[in-house]
Amino acid sequence: MKTREYMLGNVAIARGLLEGGVQVVSGYPGTPSSEIVDTLAARKERDYYVEWSVNEKVAMEVAVGAAWAGVRSAVTMKHVGLNVAADPFMTLAYAGVKGGMIIIVADDPSCHSSQNEQDSRRYAQFALVPCFDPSTPQEAKDMLPYAFEFSEKFETPVIFRPTTRISHGKSDVELGDLPLEKPCCNFEKLLDRWVMLPKNARARHTHILSAQAGIEDALAEAPWNSLEIKEGTNFGVIGSGIASVYAKEALEELGLEASFLKIGAYPIPKKLVRELLENVDAVLIFEELEPVVEEQVKMIAQERGLSVRIFGKMDGTVSREGELNVSSFLEALGKVFDLPEVPESLEGGAEAAEAAEGANKVAKEAVEAEKAEEGIKQLELAPRPPALCAGCSHRATFYSMKKVFGKDAVYPSDIGCYTLGIQNGTVETTLCMGGSISVASGLYHAGEKRPICCSIGDSTFFHTGMNSLLNAIYNKANITVTILDNRITGMTGHQPNPGMGRTATGEPTVEVSLAELCKAMGAGSVTVVDPYDPAETQEAFRAAKDFDGVAVVIAKQPCVISAKRAGIRRVPYMVDLDKCEGCKQCLKFGCPAIEFDGGNNVAQITALCSGCGVCARICKFDAIREVKK
Amino acid sequence: MSEKMSENMAEDAAGKQKQKQKQKQKFDLLITGVGGQGAILASDIIGKAAVSAGLSIRAAETHGMAQRGGSVENHIRIGTDLGSMIPKKGADLLLALEPMEAVRYLNYLKDGGIIIVNTETIVPVTVSSGMAKYPEVSKILEALEKKYEVKAFNADEVATEAGNRLAMNVVMVGAVSNYLPIPVEALLESVKGLVPPKTIGINVKAFELGREKVKSIL
Repeated sequence: MKTREYMLGNVAIARGLLEGGVQVVSGYPGTPSSEIVDTLAARKERDYYVEWSVNEKVAMEVAVGAAWAGVRSAVTMKHVGLNVAADPFMTLAYAGVKGGMIIIVADDPSCHSSQNEQDSRRYAQFALVPCFDPSTPQEAKDMLPYAFEFSEKFETPVIFRPTTRISHGKSDVELGDLPLEKPCCNFEKLLDRWVMLPKNARARHTHILSAQAGIEDALAEAPWNSLEIKEGTNFGVIGSGIASVYAKEALEELGLEASFLKIGAYPIPKKLVRELLENVDAVLIFEELEPVVEEQVKMIAQERGLSVRIFGKMDGTVSREGELNVSSFLEALGKVFDLPEVPESLEGGAEAAEAAEGANKVAKEAVEAEKAEEGIKQLELAPRPPALCAGCSHRATFYSMKKVFGKDAVYPSDIGCYTLGIQNGTVETTLCMGGSISVASGLYHAGEKRPICCSIGDSTFFHTGMNSLLNAIYNKANITVTILDNRITGMTGHQPNPGMGRTATGEPTVEVSLAELCKAMGAGSVTVVDPYDPAETQEAFRAAKDFDGVAVVIAKQPCVISAKRAGIRRVPYMVDLDKCEGCKQCLKFGCPAIEFDGGNNVAQITALCSGCGVCARICKFDAIREVKK
Repeated sequence: MSEKMSENMAEDAAGKQKQKQKQKQKFDLLITGVGGQGAILASDIIGKAAVSAGLSIRAAETHGMAQRGGSVENHIRIGTDLGSMIPKKGADLLLALEPMEAVRYLNYLKDGGIIIVNTETIVPVTVSSGMAKYPEVSKILEALEKKYEVKAFNADEVATEAGNRLAMNVVMVGAVSNYLPIPVEALLESVKGLVPPKTIGINVKAFELGREKVKSIL
């Protein structure tokens, strides 16, 4: 009997890579993709190489090297990571691979933890690279060995695109076998493949264009694309990836019969689309993010001269923003059948009409439910946005930064937990990984007269902040660069980086010094401070503000979560009620462990306190002290 | 009637029976709370137990920036092999680890559905900094009771009674165990397998106290 396990989608993906015989894995952390490399790095017995790379471009190139040597490789990243890796990716599509190579790009519909909701299927289309789009964690796992074989057969890299609800969904998953043998590294010097001189690139462009038809035909036969024509109805549904299971559930719930095309691999199977279109009069297309399938379906309908009504994102039947679910399919269905000209033309008779009514009813009920809930919502719920942890060193750094630079300054920032510093008034721009320092330089060169103090995390600095700092120094910007060195890649789940002296698998390695690195790039002033010491930190910020040129302040203090895991225990603090004047200075610090007792007009510190002691140092009345044992 | 036909009919009936059985075992549970309260562990205990009981299961969690002390929602769907997201008004039961977080996600709960709610509050920074007010817990419960079947108790206190306040999430799993289509033994085994080995005793007690607590609330 096959083993069934309850696992996270990303753990199932890691398992799928193992079942596919992966030999080299690289990646850069990014929600929702991070747990794939985490899982593979944490395994004690490994017959593969795995690394956290410094950024996605580098990670992609590491995986390319492996695939060119004939072994199977995978690289993981979030959707925006592919923007960073787009340079090698676009040309890799021309050069192709020898060993199978899977580029895992996790999309984040609804921006649960991202700065945009771009659709990686567009990249696949752009580069002429096949793309796999799983609908469940089980299918995600099962697709990967197939994707490796497919990649090798057509000598092309492939994109594998889970979405948040696959990567961070959990499911019972039936495991497959692990391969017993894997090929050896064998790098052949195929210069016409691996050297993209114009002459070779032209030839490869011709090659990949001519390969598309064969790829599409093969995918039309793949188990991930399937067409079911239902007799007695002329209504069809096309669902891709995870959206297909939402559509299926809604149809089952309503008992509505519809011909169904499920798409799990691209380029989309035109043959199957044609067959569907020839059997229906109206089709509803349901896909996460962009109308990628829909555009193709419209092109096919036009080529064939078919007058099928096509509903989807382009006509507003389905929203182009945010993530989909069963309810949004019902709403879309309600819209389709509410259109006056459609029901008459649709056969399937009473059943379809009844189901449509059902869809309308369900959709309306959902809307009414929202309204009915408003009564309860009159309770006026307090918002509970994510916030920096109690004792987070970023809050302490931001506090001192604001004290010194004040309101009359500009604060570009970057991507990480510290973006939550928007609540502290010290995050005023966030564009992309590493963008803080370059945006700060641009502001300066544009003539901004106020002091500019930017902030960037340690991992983000190693990712793409380094070259921004080099540029700022080289081009003589006058800015303060704050490196929030919490000794880890925090937000994505505590992955190591080059500043920590250990690799993904926990092996000791060189601990790169941020201070020496900044000095080597030519920074005129570099100061390392402990952000838990506001006096020292403010002193450093004052000096940096006065410095003419690029001044770097490195605020070094481990992330409270990883410090706790490493066994660091600090004594928590408490308020001395006799001394507290109720001035609320400590509350303005914004620590979740500090609350105010309005009845007694005193502050109080809760069990959340992790003992950083910054509030005690801020208090003017000496009213906060360590809890005595 | 030919033999073949009657055979088919018998198979059909068996199939329908099976389908019915499957329907019966379908259960959609929404766990809500605050990042750090252990909603993911609670969901894992139920998920692993469902698998060991031979049921298919889907779950969806909150990771990344959204979980940093923010409001979190975990969807758990027992007996489904489709998506992990509960449709609006689809949840049979709402397990709220914090009272305000019970109200925030009500649009997922069926009319007349069950709410098990921990009455211990966690004050968000928006309230402690004076930007917003925390509604009175009694008013929250009053509003919920008008429309739903509510089982409210202080699970933090029950966990403390079991030996550690941090076992609150396991108290809540014990509480919901009365309603799940999963054998209680499977849930207990799952608790033992997922909590730190040193804390098994406390957590088993927390589970049992939670289970009894809900039974005692009329």
